[in-house]
Amino acid sequence: MKRVFPILAVLTAALLSYAVYEGLIAAPTDQLQGDVYRIIYYHVPSAWTAFLLFVINFVASVQYLARANPRADRLADRIVIAIGVAVCVSTFLVPLPKGIHPSSVATTGIAMAALYFLIKKCFSRQQVDVLAVVGAEVGVVFCTVVLVTGPLWARPVWGIWWAPGDIRLTSTLVLWLIYVSYLMLRRFSSSGQTAVLAAALAIFGALDVPLVYFSIWFFRTQHPQPVIGGGGSIDPRMLHVLLINWLAFLCFAALICWSRFRLEVLQRELEEAHALQALAGPRSSR
Amino acid sequence: MSRPSGVAGATLAKDLRLEWRSKDALNSMLFFSLLVVVVFSFSFDPIAEESRRIAGGLIWVAFLFAAVVALNQTWARELRNQVLDAYRVSPAAPNSLFLAKALGNFVFVTVLETLMTPLFIVFYQLRSLGPAWQLIPIAVLGTWALVVNGTFFAAISLRTRSREIMLPLLLFPISIPAILAMVNGTAAVLTGEFSARFWIALLACYDVVFTTACLLLFETVLQAE
Amino acid sequence: MNFLYAAYTATWVIHIVYLGTLLQRYRHLRSEIEELKRK
Repeated sequence: MKRVFPILAVLTAALLSYAVYEGLIAAPTDQLQGDVYRIIYYHVPSAWTAFLLFVINFVASVQYLARANPRADRLADRIVIAIGVAVCVSTFLVPLPKGIHPSSVATTGIAMAALYFLIKKCFSRQQVDVLAVVGAEVGVVFCTVVLVTGPLWARPVWGIWWAPGDIRLTSTLVLWLIYVSYLMLRRFSSSGQTAVLAAALAIFGALDVPLVYFSIWFFRTQHPQPVIGGGGSIDPRMLHVLLINWLAFLCFAALICWSRFRLEVLQRELEEAHALQALAGPRSSR
Repeated sequence: MSRPSGVAGATLAKDLRLEWRSKDALNSMLFFSLLVVVVFSFSFDPIAEESRRIAGGLIWVAFLFAAVVALNQTWARELRNQVLDAYRVSPAAPNSLFLAKALGNFVFVTVLETLMTPLFIVFYQLRSLGPAWQLIPIAVLGTWALVVNGTFFAAISLRTRSREIMLPLLLFPISIPAILAMVNGTAAVLTGEFSARFWIALLACYDVVFTTACLLLFETVLQAE
Repeated sequence: MNFLYAAYTATWVIHIVYLGTLLQRYRHLRSEIEELKRK
């Protein structure tokens, strides 16, 4: 186990270097924006990685609460399968907004259900809580990167640092705020109840996300704002470089998560050892 | 045993009666709200045209801070007299307790809003250019949105250090869609420039989603050990 | 162009700072474990 990590670290470093080369040098220059657009190769993959990590946190939180007792567990399993099936079926029945392919919706539904069961298979209930912390913390780091690179991209291209109605950046900010509050709850609550309380908060956060999106979207229709990040189709060569960067960042995120996971497990074992020692009393530590 | 509505009603009546007798929370909230209104009136010069556009934001920020003061003391009385432990072992449904607390807070904050609104109208010379009746669903739905999540997070914050600061830290990010809806809805009605209907619909949706979530998860939070 | 370099630098600064805090926490844990073993 211990030998795998350095090998993966070297591979990830190589992949990241290749991705940077592709992003800075090999990719074609944008006609409208010039070279500044290359920020996209860090901004967008970080956003996708952050969202993935937050999804992992959400799934882990739900699972932690569900696995509290066998009945809730079985019910949660059935609900997850039902939602997965419903999402797949709905792609055929419900008309989707423009630009969203039915295949991507169906894939997302199946992927999330698969993620739920994969996590269930690989992690015990206690480990699932650790996974939730790790997902939230590393997610916040990547989200910070998104929020820093976003304005740095917006300023030279659109002339403003921030537009309150920009739906993507503002939703990301709210997501960041929600997860920072999650991490504060974890830090400030007493250890017996942290996991349950934090899991409840994570669920609330997840429920909030679509509402945040719609409220900002409607705000924008009433107060027209410059659209940062632009829509429209993307050059296939640029898409290729974008995906390479995403892969590199995913590997990097996986390594960070793995390290953070081991750190958290070690910390909890230490706390347990301290507690046992305190129970045993000062004189009996022979 | 007692019906859930019986328990909720009894708890609510008890809370309201206790508060009416001592008027602790109500007095502090009232004075705090007055201070906020006065400070804001010094910070933002209320010229008639501008004031309609920003008044929505100012009013709701003031109500938000006043609501936090009210919410922070939600469970304080229960904690002092170990009533929460009694609730945990009693056969009464935890949801009744939650509903009673949330409704009690709703009453307090609504009384507060009713008393503060004339002050705002006076200080900012407000006059509604749009359909003023729409302000009532905005106020009702918006207040419930703050109060229902606030009561839930107040219960969560009970188990944390720095209890009083934890509540706004948890409440504000989650409430952002509701705050956006309240502020923009109020601005839409006061300026008459836009329709507030979507905002009212969003608030209703928010209320339904989070009331359900609070009712489903409250027992878990109460029993968290 | 400066913004491009600023963005890339900022990204890596954020990651390095985070990894630094992880390393620091790890070292702290290691020293606590050593102390516990000695007792």
